[in-house]
Amino acid sequence: MLNEVLNFILAALRAAIPAGTPLLFGTLGETYAERSGVLNLGVEGMMIMGAVSGFAAAQSTGSVWLGIAAAAAAGTMMALIHAFASVSLRVNQVVSGLALTMLGLGVSGLMGKTFVGQPLAVRLRPLHIPVLRDLPIIGILLFRFDGMVYFSILLVPLLWFVLYKTRIGLTLRSVGENPAAADAQGVNVPLVRYAAVMFGGVMAGLGGAYLSMAYAPAWVEGMTSGAGWIVIALTIFAIWDPRRALLGAYLFGGVRVLQFRLQKPLGISPNLLNMLPFLLTIMVLWLSSGQAAKRRIGAPAALMQAYAREER
Amino acid sequence: MSIPRIRFEKRLSVPRWLPAASLIVALVLAMLTIAVIFYLLGVDPIVAFQRIFRGGFGSRFGLQETVTKSIPLLLIGVGLALAFRGRVYNIGAEGQLLIGAIFATGMQRVFPNWPAYLLLPAMFVAGAVGGALWAAIPALLKARFRIDEVLTSLMLVYVASEAVKYLVYGPWRGADTRGFPITDEFPAAAQIPSLASARIHYPTLILALLFAVLLYFLLARTKLGYEVRVTGENPEASRYAGVNYQKVALFVMVISGGLAGLAGMGEVAGIHYRLRPPEALSPGYGFTAIIVAWLARLNPLATILSAFLLGGLLVGGDAIQIALSLPAATVQIFNGVILLFVIAAELFNQYRLRLEV
Repeated sequence: MLNEVLNFILAALRAAIPAGTPLLFGTLGETYAERSGVLNLGVEGMMIMGAVSGFAAAQSTGSVWLGIAAAAAAGTMMALIHAFASVSLRVNQVVSGLALTMLGLGVSGLMGKTFVGQPLAVRLRPLHIPVLRDLPIIGILLFRFDGMVYFSILLVPLLWFVLYKTRIGLTLRSVGENPAAADAQGVNVPLVRYAAVMFGGVMAGLGGAYLSMAYAPAWVEGMTSGAGWIVIALTIFAIWDPRRALLGAYLFGGVRVLQFRLQKPLGISPNLLNMLPFLLTIMVLWLSSGQAAKRRIGAPAALMQAYAREER
Repeated sequence: MSIPRIRFEKRLSVPRWLPAASLIVALVLAMLTIAVIFYLLGVDPIVAFQRIFRGGFGSRFGLQETVTKSIPLLLIGVGLALAFRGRVYNIGAEGQLLIGAIFATGMQRVFPNWPAYLLLPAMFVAGAVGGALWAAIPALLKARFRIDEVLTSLMLVYVASEAVKYLVYGPWRGADTRGFPITDEFPAAAQIPSLASARIHYPTLILALLFAVLLYFLLARTKLGYEVRVTGENPEASRYAGVNYQKVALFVMVISGGLAGLAGMGEVAGIHYRLRPPEALSPGYGFTAIIVAWLARLNPLATILSAFLLGGLLVGGDAIQIALSLPAATVQIFNGVILLFVIAAELFNQYRLRLEV
């Protein structure tokens, strides 16, 4: 009995990491975009475009790398639309992001029509890490994932370092906190915001690629099924800090796993379990709101505010 | 490297013709963009547009279906126009519709023997209450804990959707449905009457038109409407003017949720006569209504026209789906592109734009 429980926990932990990886990519990207002052509610749309483009490119060229590149490119293209609308045209960021999500869901459905039901020929495979992979427990738990999982984990300290310890990060944060002051210092505010939003697109695209090329691996219409929205909540939960993004992403990955694994043993309706990630998202937002108030930290001050020099 | 800067010059006065003209230009540009997307994805845009237009507006049957589909769009769109006017982003109308459908279904389960003149009004009230309660959750979270309503209202769409599935797959599944995940058919007294030979459940339509007029006057003529407008136009100033922002936000959320709930009641009792899985109940009316509201420039009266247009688009979308075997999500391309162009057009009404490189 004890053995069974232990095995269950081990298997769940192991599965939480791949399940959380698309969320981690997305959250890291959205963190940078929001740090520059631009809220992008189009993550779901960018992610699903990444998923379909990655699958399509990998399937038709036979190259995983081209798949990943195509996904990143698709995410970037989508992000560019949002950047143009919200930075250059200064339209309402909420509505523009929503439109982006709708557009992504629609275009991906049409693009992926011929790929529905096809098994992916060249999926991402686990890396072969000698010695470490044979360690008891830890080997299975940590050293048998594919390259994208490790890449996303590596990005966490890297992006944290860039954000807090480099000039680029300082500039990015200053644009999100006080664009007028940054502008006065000679910072090209629109350029920084374009770059940050497009970086968010690259990350969301990669998250989508992970879904369709490694996690599933298949193309299913609407396969992101709300992951992009969870990313936006996780960005708040992480208080715009890449390190906490890792925590949040795997937490939600774990919930996703339990959702499937608890059905049988507990005999709970799958529909009720499917509510879990969304209810948890609301809880997390609730908790973050209290925490933010206590520690007097919050969103980048200029989040959702368009910037125009004339209005200084 | 330089990003082209667009310089904005605030218009001192807006020519009367401008809002209509910019909207028409936006729609034309949106259609061209959609045509390009279709072309790039291997769909002949001319054939697709023809089919959509003929499907939605080109025949008596098509027009009837368009009116049928514009009923929920109008109910929800009117409410969202009010909410967005107050800068309250209720994105979860789809979930409020589904909870309204559940409540209406529940009412008819509790009082199956009531006569129609009692049962139908009771079901409408139940639907509205269900939708309003579901919208009150994000409204209260916003008022109490300052949690952004965009995310919470949207998360509750997924929860509502699972709730409907849970009921039709589980406790409410009908006895005589040959294994389909649906409830038993509603008794005749719980079915909204329709126009002969069409699926237009006219009591709901009349209700929707009534609310469009009502909310128009509420916004234009009442103190509450004034408070909603001031809050939306300038939240800072509204605070100084003594407007209770939390009260306004709660009010517009609950009204828009209640109207979405009515729409859900209309679908179960006017079209399906059963509760069905969410994707069978609504092809995303709650989301399409967001475009209905913006296309009407957040004017409740104008939503009558925009709901009709988008209703036709949904019907036409179904037509090309079948004729050209396109995926159901195709209509979302229209939604996304139209929304982008419509909000961009709004800008031209307020500013002159000059490009600087």
